[in-house]
Amino acid sequence: MVDLDTFRTETRAWLEANCPPTQRQPSEEFEDTCWGGTKWRFVNEEQRTWLNVMAERGWTAPDWPAEYGGGGLDREHVKVLRQEMAAIGARQPLFSMGLSMIGPALLKYGTEAQKQQHIPNIVAGKIWWCQGYSEPNFGSDLAGLQTRCEDKGDHYLVNGQKVWTSYANMADWMFCLVRTDPDAAKHAGISLVLFDVNQPGVSIKPIRLISGKSPFCETFLDDVIVDKGQLVGEINKGWELASYLLTHEREMIGSMGQGNAHEQSLPEHAVEQVGLENGILADSALRTDIAGWEIDNMAYQFTAERIGDEAKSGQGVGAASSMLKYAGTELNKRRHELNLGIQGTQALAWEGEAFKKGLVASQWLRTKGNSIEGGTSEIQLNIISKRILGLGASK
Amino acid sequence: MALVLNEEQSMLKESAKGFLQEHAPVEALRTLRDERDEVGYSKDLWQQMAELGWAGILIDEAHGGLDFGHVGMGQVMEENGRTLTASPLLSTAILGVSAISLAGNTEQKTALLPAIAEGKLVATLAVDSGSRHKPLNVGVTAISKGSGFTLSGEKRFVVDGHVADKLIVSARTSGREGDSEGITLFVIDSNAPGVDIERVIMADSFNSSIIRFADVKVAADAVLGELDKGAAALQQVLDIGNAYLSAELVGISQEVLERTVAYMNERKQYGALIGSYQSLQHRAAHLFSEIELAKSVVIKLLQSLDEGGDNVPLLASVAKAKVSEVATLATNEAVQLHGGIGMTDELEIGFFMKRARVAEQLLGDQRFHINRFAALNGY
Repeated sequence: MVDLDTFRTETRAWLEANCPPTQRQPSEEFEDTCWGGTKWRFVNEEQRTWLNVMAERGWTAPDWPAEYGGGGLDREHVKVLRQEMAAIGARQPLFSMGLSMIGPALLKYGTEAQKQQHIPNIVAGKIWWCQGYSEPNFGSDLAGLQTRCEDKGDHYLVNGQKVWTSYANMADWMFCLVRTDPDAAKHAGISLVLFDVNQPGVSIKPIRLISGKSPFCETFLDDVIVDKGQLVGEINKGWELASYLLTHEREMIGSMGQGNAHEQSLPEHAVEQVGLENGILADSALRTDIAGWEIDNMAYQFTAERIGDEAKSGQGVGAASSMLKYAGTELNKRRHELNLGIQGTQALAWEGEAFKKGLVASQWLRTKGNSIEGGTSEIQLNIISKRILGLGASK
Repeated sequence: MALVLNEEQSMLKESAKGFLQEHAPVEALRTLRDERDEVGYSKDLWQQMAELGWAGILIDEAHGGLDFGHVGMGQVMEENGRTLTASPLLSTAILGVSAISLAGNTEQKTALLPAIAEGKLVATLAVDSGSRHKPLNVGVTAISKGSGFTLSGEKRFVVDGHVADKLIVSARTSGREGDSEGITLFVIDSNAPGVDIERVIMADSFNSSIIRFADVKVAADAVLGELDKGAAALQQVLDIGNAYLSAELVGISQEVLERTVAYMNERKQYGALIGSYQSLQHRAAHLFSEIELAKSVVIKLLQSLDEGGDNVPLLASVAKAKVSEVATLATNEAVQLHGGIGMTDELEIGFFMKRARVAEQLLGDQRFHINRFAALNGY
C-alpha cells in the first residue's frame, strides 16, 4: 500500500477529477444519497457516475478485501479517504444495509460461495438488502421470533410475518431471522437465511409513519423457498449473528444525525433566524439550549472516537455500542426539537414548495423512531445495567 | 492522537490509585475535618507526594520537575477525586506552577519551581474577588509607586491561601474592571506587611480563604509576566485549572457510581436486591452513559494541552460545563439511590457531593462555561 502522504495527494487529485459537482452538494432529500439495487432510480446521471467510479475502485466499501471488490485499504488509509471526501463535501456514493450490516456479517461468517455471490454486488450497489428481524409480537423481545423455517430436503420453506422491514418495497434481497427449531430454548433455535424478495410468497405493504413517509414495511412470508446454500453460519446458531448484526445496527443508528460538515450548524441557523444583539443570540434561553446541545454533541463525538480507540488497543468495556446508541439517538432527537425552536412556526409547515414540502417537520418526526429502532433506549439501558454494571446479579 | 492512555500514563494512574487509597482515603479528610486541623492537609503526606514527583509533574526537568505532561497529571487528579485527598496539588502543583511557568522570567522560575518540586513551597492563585467567577473583575488595584507597586483590595475563595508561602495575585494596573487590558500578575510573599489572610471553612472541608491587601508594597520584580498584559497568561492558567477540576470531578463521579452500584447489589427491599428493580437500574445506566461522555471531554482537553492545541479554551469550557453537569447528577443520584443512609454523615457519599459542588464552582460553574462556550463560538 502506498504511504499515507502519497495516497492523500493521489486521492485528492482523483476525487477532484471524478466527483461530479452535484455530488458535492449536501444531501437533503432521501433520494440524494444512492441506496443502489435493481429498483433504484438515479436522480441524475451524475449520481450514477459517482456510484460507478467509486465502486470500480472498491471505495464504496474501502476497508473490505479487494478480492471481493472492496477497496482493500487499512484503517489509516480509509481515514485519509474519508477526510479528503469530507474536504470537498463529497456525498457517500452508496449507503445501504448491505454495506453496514449483512456485508460485514458475510465477510465474518459467510461461506466462500456466499462471499463471492453477494459481496461484489453490495460493493457495486447492484443489490438492495433489507433486514427481516422484528415481528408483530416480538419487537424488544426479538429472540421470541416465530417465523418458521422448515427443512424440505433440497430447500427450506419459510412462513411467517416480519414488520419494520426497512424499505422492503425497494429491496432485492432480505437477510432474515427465522426459527429453525421450535422446541429449543428461544435463543437456541434461531437461524439467519438470505433470500430474494422478488418471488411468489413474499408480499410487502409499506407502513405510513407520523412523518408522512414510509421507510418501513410489513412483510408477509407464505411458503417462501430458500436455497440451502443461503443459510449463514450454522443452523440454530443464528442468535450469535443476530447479536453481531444488532451491534452494527446500534453503531449505525447511534452515529446518525451527526450531519455532515457542509450542513448548517444549529448556531449558524439560529443566528440567521433569531439574530444577534451585542454579539449574543437575541433569544438567551435558546442560546443556552443550543450551547448545551453543542457541548453534549462534542462529548458524544469524542466518546465515539475514544471507544473506537480503546477497542483498537484492546481496552474498554464491551456493550459500549449500547451506550453510544442510547446517547446518540437521544441527542439526535434533541437536535431536531431544537431545530423546531430555532425555525419557529415555519418548521411545522407540511406542504408547499416554499417550505420544502414539509421537510423539516418530516425529519423531526422521523427522529422519534431513532430511540425505538435497533433496540429501544430502555433496552440499551437494560444492557448497560446487566452487562456493564452487573446490576441485579444476586451473590 | 488516540484517546487512550499510553503505558507510562497508565502506570502513573495505577500507582496514584494505590498510593492515595492506602495513605489518604476519604477517612483522612474526615479526620482533618473533625479535628479542625489547622493546616487542612497532612504535611507529611504532601512531602511523600513530592517525593513521588507529583509536585513537579508539570515542571520542566531543568527546574527539578518530571515534565510528565497534562494527561499524566490528569490521572493523578482523577484518582484524587476518588479519595478526596487534601493536599496543595491543585493550588501549588497545578495553578501555581502553571502561572510561574507560563508567565515567569528565568529568575522567578529558578527561585520558585525547584522549591515547589521538592514540596518545600506552597503557592496559590488569587483570582476571584467575589462569589462568582469573573476573572476580569480582579478586585485588587496595584498602583505604581517609585520603582514598585502598592496593592489594595480583596480576593475571595483562594485555595490554600492560609498556608501558602507565595500568592500569585491578579491586580489591575490600568483600565477598568471588566477590561482584559490592564491586568498584571504579581508574586507576593504571604507574610508581607499589609497582607491579611482569613481562613474560610468550606462545605467540602478543603482549604479556602479571603485575602485582604492593605497598601501592600512590592518591588518591581514582583511582577509575573508583562505589565498590563497578564490576562492572556491568566486565562491559560484558568483553562489548565479547569482541566484538572474536571479530571477530579470525573474521579468523583466514577467513584460514587461504583459505590452506588455496589450498594444496589447488596441492599434488599421487598425480598429482592434493589439493583434488580428496573426503575433504579435505568437511573444507574443513564448515569454510566453520562460519565462516559464526561471522561471523553477531559482526556481530549488534556491531550490538547499537551499538544499546545489552539482549541484549548473551547475544550476547557466544554469539559468544565459537561463534567459539572455530570458530577451534580452523579452525586445527587448517589444520595437518592442510597436512600436514607445516603443522607448520613457516616456514609462517605456526602463528602463527594460537597467536594463536587465546590470544585464545580471554582473557576466557573456549568453556566459560566456554557456562556463562555457560546461566546467563543460567536453567538
